[in-house]
Amino acid sequence: MCGIVGLFLKNPALQPQLGALTAQMLKTMTERGPDSAGFAIYGGGAHGRTKMTLRGVTEALRPDFEKSVLSLSDSATFSYRDDHLVVSCPDDAVSAIRELVAGYGSDVRIVSSGDSIELYKGVGLPEDVAARFQLAEMSGTHAIGHTRMATESAVTTAGAHPFSTGPDQCLVHNGSLSNHNTLRRQLVRDGLSFETENDSEVAAGYLSWRLSRGERLDEALTASLSDLDGFYTFVVGTRDGFAVLRDPVACKPAVMAETDDYVAFASEYRAFAGLPGIESATVFEPEPQRVYHWEHAA
Amino acid sequence: MSATLSNHQAIDLRESTIRELNAVLQSEDVTGSWLVSHPEGRHSIAVGLTAPIDIIIDGQAGYYAGGMNQHANLVIKGNAGPGVAENMMSGSVRIEGNASMAAGATAHGGLLVIEGDAGARCGISMKGVNIVVRGSVGHMSAFMAQSGNLVVCGDAGDALGDSLYEARIFVRGTVKSLGADCEEKDMSAEDLQILRGLLEEAGITEYSAEHFRCYGSARRLYNFHVDNAAAY
Amino acid sequence: MSQSKNTPPRTTPRFSATFDQFTISEIQRAAATGIYDIRGAGTKRKLPHFDDLLFLGASISRYPLEGYRERCDTDVVLGTRFAKKPIRLKTPVTVAGMSFGALSAQAKEALGRGASAVGTSTTTGDGGMTPEERGHSSILVYQYLPSRYGMNPDDLRRADAIEVVVGQGAKPGGGGMLLGQKISPRVAKMRNLPEGIDQRSACRHPDWTGPDDLEIKIEELREITGWEKPIYVKVGASRPYYDVSLAVKAGADVIVLDGMQGGTAATQEVFIEHVGLPILSAIRSAVQALQDLGMHRKVQLIVSGGIRSGADMAKALALGADAVAIGTAALIALGDQSPDLAEEYAKLGTVPGAYDDWQEGRDPAGITTQDPELASRLDPILGGRRIANYLSVMTMEAQAIARACGKSHLHNLEPEDLVSLTMEAAAMTKIPLAGTDWYPGKNGF
Repeated sequence: MCGIVGLFLKNPALQPQLGALTAQMLKTMTERGPDSAGFAIYGGGAHGRTKMTLRGVTEALRPDFEKSVLSLSDSATFSYRDDHLVVSCPDDAVSAIRELVAGYGSDVRIVSSGDSIELYKGVGLPEDVAARFQLAEMSGTHAIGHTRMATESAVTTAGAHPFSTGPDQCLVHNGSLSNHNTLRRQLVRDGLSFETENDSEVAAGYLSWRLSRGERLDEALTASLSDLDGFYTFVVGTRDGFAVLRDPVACKPAVMAETDDYVAFASEYRAFAGLPGIESATVFEPEPQRVYHWEHAA
Repeated sequence: MSATLSNHQAIDLRESTIRELNAVLQSEDVTGSWLVSHPEGRHSIAVGLTAPIDIIIDGQAGYYAGGMNQHANLVIKGNAGPGVAENMMSGSVRIEGNASMAAGATAHGGLLVIEGDAGARCGISMKGVNIVVRGSVGHMSAFMAQSGNLVVCGDAGDALGDSLYEARIFVRGTVKSLGADCEEKDMSAEDLQILRGLLEEAGITEYSAEHFRCYGSARRLYNFHVDNAAAY
Repeated sequence: MSQSKNTPPRTTPRFSATFDQFTISEIQRAAATGIYDIRGAGTKRKLPHFDDLLFLGASISRYPLEGYRERCDTDVVLGTRFAKKPIRLKTPVTVAGMSFGALSAQAKEALGRGASAVGTSTTTGDGGMTPEERGHSSILVYQYLPSRYGMNPDDLRRADAIEVVVGQGAKPGGGGMLLGQKISPRVAKMRNLPEGIDQRSACRHPDWTGPDDLEIKIEELREITGWEKPIYVKVGASRPYYDVSLAVKAGADVIVLDGMQGGTAATQEVFIEHVGLPILSAIRSAVQALQDLGMHRKVQLIVSGGIRSGADMAKALALGADAVAIGTAALIALGDQSPDLAEEYAKLGTVPGAYDDWQEGRDPAGITTQDPELASRLDPILGGRRIANYLSVMTMEAQAIARACGKSHLHNLEPEDLVSLTMEAAAMTKIPLAGTDWYPGKNGF
């Protein structure tokens, strides 16, 4: 149970402000989710290179970890924000680095990977989490954030949203699924692995599983209407855009605002109050069972 | 706008809290006209009012604006969040923009006017309120509606009037589907009179009552019968 | 008579344990009518209960208090977290929510009179507040339910506390029901319904779903009532750890946890018997949730569902509850199931002790009815006295136990004052099995 925010910029001039605007939106959703917060921010990728966001590379581990990565790929770069690390490396070094990370055991995790995604999350009030990762200073093309009030799984960093289970993909969720345990078992049989008992991670994994079979995002989301039971509002991030889906009953709130400069999504209008030009935005609520999708031209 | 609002007593929600706002509006000796600026989607604006005062909310309201209203007249100049005018008893709430889900939920009386569209479950469990929507309403509107009137000048979504009791529903546009136990009724002279009165009261002059259709309860679920079991 | 050589001995007719007589009658009834069985009251199956716990009285290692001389206080304050005007009860047993509609006006008045006489509260139900119960209840908790029948801001402000009902122990996840026989003109008017129809109520609140929206709803209710009144949140016991945690996060002052033994005016038999948790198994995880949030005793916990005596009350308090609520027991105290009514029960096809057709409104005791003649059989003044007597007995019983355990306040009872009689109770409560220091799961086995 949670607060969701999302901001997709149409006007590139706003890109330097993306982090600041997202941080402000995230803070307004504190009451909806005081336990933990997280965000995915897209942008700044370079052709032929992958960004991997890792959690758990402690200060003690850093020298050894960097040395090992550089021995696999001498052009790798490292950018630390609190307990998260973004490694940028050539695409062909990704699998070797994944193997290296696996050797560090479960304390070091790859939380996202892709051309442009970076993903940060942590336990605590949204404002504090945003400050820890200096979200306000980040720039990019689009961002998705989440504040969590844990329902049935633990308040941990791993249980915070967004969940990323595929390249450049992430999902945030407000609601409560009622058949995620069965679905998780099916997906595990199909080779997926899950880090938490969280229902939202199952939704993310489900969509990634569909996408990995070659389906388009809108097809995968449409299929989720029949395979996922319960109450949900999903916002899904991809390299070029984001999508929104509400379950057929649509009890969980969702509101969108569109101007010539951006498309914004939130659980409540309050999150939009600080956005530029919001007074003249088109404000509407996504309809249930309908996939909304915004994309930058590739 | 400032010229027409110059005689209002003003409360700026960037300077005052919701508690301060409501405490003033709920006080026993409150009178006159009030302007609430910078609502910015905050919740529970002007709830639990009891005095016949006029209030303009100059922007977007969050959840439950005008909740349980008695006698006061509210105008929301932007959109309203979930449960606007929930359980209203009397007075009026007018929304110049759109209303989110459950607008007028369980309201007993008064008039709720939505100039734009209303979301899902508009008028859910309504108990006597009159709701007039210039635009369209979402799915499951008037679910379990008990009494009162819902007027929709645009279209209605799925499952309109599901499990309806004695409320009347008027729709000018299309109805995507009717809910269990809701059926179209012949528009009686009394229905027509009620509808005309509501359109007039809501200030809607561009639509004629003759172009609406009337829906009500088929009353098949009023007492259990095995042949209607599928509707339960 | 000598046995014929041609007829071998017959075996005694043997009934199936699976298809027992009740099951057979239920299948036959379903086949004949085409509708599930609807009835009132709570579960009738045998469940682990407070009887499976015993107290350890004091002796040499602990010293008891003198039974009739030394003080053993019983007061409790509810709603200390946010409300300006918390509720002060003289005894930690309150009367649970039961609607006017389900009960007669006389019964509601009697409950109010009885509760007021001993300094405790009573609760409205799914149907609004009557002047009788407000007038005769010195402390009245106003229920805020999905149907919002009779909900209005004047009564909200007249109430002493507000109970947001999310669920009920008899039917967690289900909505209310009141069958046509009980929708009298007055009930119909209060609920804005046509007379004599079967009322079906919603299972979810119309304008909020989930803890994040509940938080906003609670704030609205506080704004409407000037932050004066305690806000309770009532849940049926099913996932108590999570539900209690989320109600606390959403801003509740008090949690009401209702076990599956709790009664109902009318619902499906299948719901009553197959959904929910026995209250014994739910208290520990509810208390654990409060403790994990640092909110035990700060957000008060009221438990209900099959509370019958001062012993049940003392055990619930020892497990960590702040108060208990009674429903079915209060109706029995008023005269429900009385052997004096055996002849009339026989006419309804039942016997005293088994009467559960509360939905039919033909209660010979005049309690679960809207029939004027039947309802007039219950004298609210006498009924009030019986309720007061019963509540006093419960309190004195709990005090007797507490003093024996050396406690000068009921709230000083603690889990270590108890032992479990059965493995089931030990597993559910983590109270060691009598004579051991072990409960199932302890030390990994």
